[in-house]
Amino acid sequence: MLEAYPDNRLARILLWSFCALVMIFLMLPTLVVVPLSFSASNLLEFPPHAYSLRWYETFFGSATWMAALRTSLILGTLTATVAVPLGLLACISMNRLGGKAALTIQGVLLTPSIVPGILLAIGLFFVLAAQRLVGTLFGVLVGHVVLAIPVACIVLLPALIRFDWNQVQAARSLGANWAKAIGGIIVPQLRISLLSATLMAFLTSLDESVISIFVASGQNSTLPKLMFLSLRDQIDPTIAAISTLWTVIVVVAVLIVTLRQKS
Amino acid sequence: MMKSLPITIDSVRKTYGSYVALDDVSLDIQAGEFLTLLGPSGSGKTTLLMALAGFVRPDSGKLLLDDRDITRLAPNKRDIGIVFQNYALFPHMNVLANVEYPLVLRKTPRAQARQRALDTLARVKLEGLAERNIAALSGGQRQRVALARAIVFEPRVMLMDEPLSALDKNLRETMQYEIRRLHDDLGITTIYVTHDQREALIMSDRVAVMNSGRIQQIDTPQRIYDRPSTRFVAEFMGEANIVAPGAVRRIDGTDASSGALMIRAESFHLDAKLVGRDGVALEGTLRAKAFRGENWLLTLAIDGGQEILVCIPAALASGCAELATGQRVTAYAPAAKVHAIPGSRA
Repeated sequence: MLEAYPDNRLARILLWSFCALVMIFLMLPTLVVVPLSFSASNLLEFPPHAYSLRWYETFFGSATWMAALRTSLILGTLTATVAVPLGLLACISMNRLGGKAALTIQGVLLTPSIVPGILLAIGLFFVLAAQRLVGTLFGVLVGHVVLAIPVACIVLLPALIRFDWNQVQAARSLGANWAKAIGGIIVPQLRISLLSATLMAFLTSLDESVISIFVASGQNSTLPKLMFLSLRDQIDPTIAAISTLWTVIVVVAVLIVTLRQKS
Repeated sequence: MMKSLPITIDSVRKTYGSYVALDDVSLDIQAGEFLTLLGPSGSGKTTLLMALAGFVRPDSGKLLLDDRDITRLAPNKRDIGIVFQNYALFPHMNVLANVEYPLVLRKTPRAQARQRALDTLARVKLEGLAERNIAALSGGQRQRVALARAIVFEPRVMLMDEPLSALDKNLRETMQYEIRRLHDDLGITTIYVTHDQREALIMSDRVAVMNSGRIQQIDTPQRIYDRPSTRFVAEFMGEANIVAPGAVRRIDGTDASSGALMIRAESFHLDAKLVGRDGVALEGTLRAKAFRGENWLLTLAIDGGQEILVCIPAALASGCAELATGQRVTAYAPAAKVHAIPGSRA
């Protein structure tokens, strides 16, 4: 236990109880969905009277849901692939530039994460409409990359502050051009932060629904978009099954990254 | 021995806003020379080094490597080896990979790169440490890896930015000797930056003393020390007393020269017999005395109140322990050790 914490028994019990309450409060809404997804009923009921796997069968048997799942995974991967390198380059230049100029660029770059999603989605809709990109996967990708760049930067900026820039100068003096200095010296040393940034960018895209609702068309609906739409039309435990699977995927991804960081 | 090249620095100027970092600096460095840029922090010595390395672009002026203009050449195309103050080793590579790195970039065949890296490691006395991680090395070992990495690709010029400042005193002295020996073996043109006067004197063929973006004097270590051309150089290089000609009395009775005179603290004797007939004498009241191990440092106040530092080697200072403050003391210096600083007043 850290020295800053009180040493007596009662205080420690109170502290632990408080933490436990916070955890339960955070976790319960997510976990409540799990039993719902195994319900045999046609309705969302808690606790379920009988259990079955029928809603998982419905999900995996549906071409629409499967297409949306595929779209979401592809989009998430593409978003991370585009946003993280762009974010890294942006962070390197902000780090080198320093001063007011860097702060200004940082402010502009981080706005998508501050502006309400709905505003961003409306703006993006008009911009993409002018380019005839509404309804295309590329259009949604642009939106997701815009959202993911600030997320990647928030992870990468502090990591670069700790990085010793003399190493890049040393590499340059030894014969490395910019690309080789970044690829051979910066990237390997930031790999843990880059891995986190990639995961965060992937999850940002996976989680995103507003831009998808505005910009994505029927054929390339993302999973969150389809979930919102199906909630509006009919409520059945398929949603619960998807949510459960979703949670498992995210937890596994986060666990893998966290464990790799530890080792 | 590899072919080394001369460097010409031609009226190089660099400003940051209103701050002048380099004020029209010109300097010729001969092929194979060991030249030290010496100066206090902020004197422009590191800026000049970084301009040679290609990390600082001069506002005006030219840098020539042999007769090739490199002022605007990218750092990776200059073939200049650099040793950084903090070594800047790559912590994600082991010792061998660090030293092989410049060879890998030059697409040297693997086996050959490995052999050359190992040979260079042996040259800096690091054989057996090739597979070590950087984090597992001592400061002195890191210094040697940085040296090996900077010379393994046989650069034409080597730049060193206060490479020894992070080492403790004994190690620093060993490394001064080793770097100089390495330079003599390789014959590589070397520009060395330091703020340590002793280091500059010990290591260099020539020393360029810098202050406020200008070169104050460039000369051999001995001339820089004994015959400084400005008051700044005189005071920066050691315990210098700068007095008006009227403050000293010539032993032979003739008149002193004009201009300010510099007499180093260690040029003085308390015994007139140790100084020739054409020496000078200086009389004052003893203000303070300190025993510093190898010598005594006496502070004398001469007429007019100026304080003079007198340094007497312990071996010749049998009487120093008995001196009392307030006592009148006369110090003598041989005429050869009295230097008139050109165009300056005390």
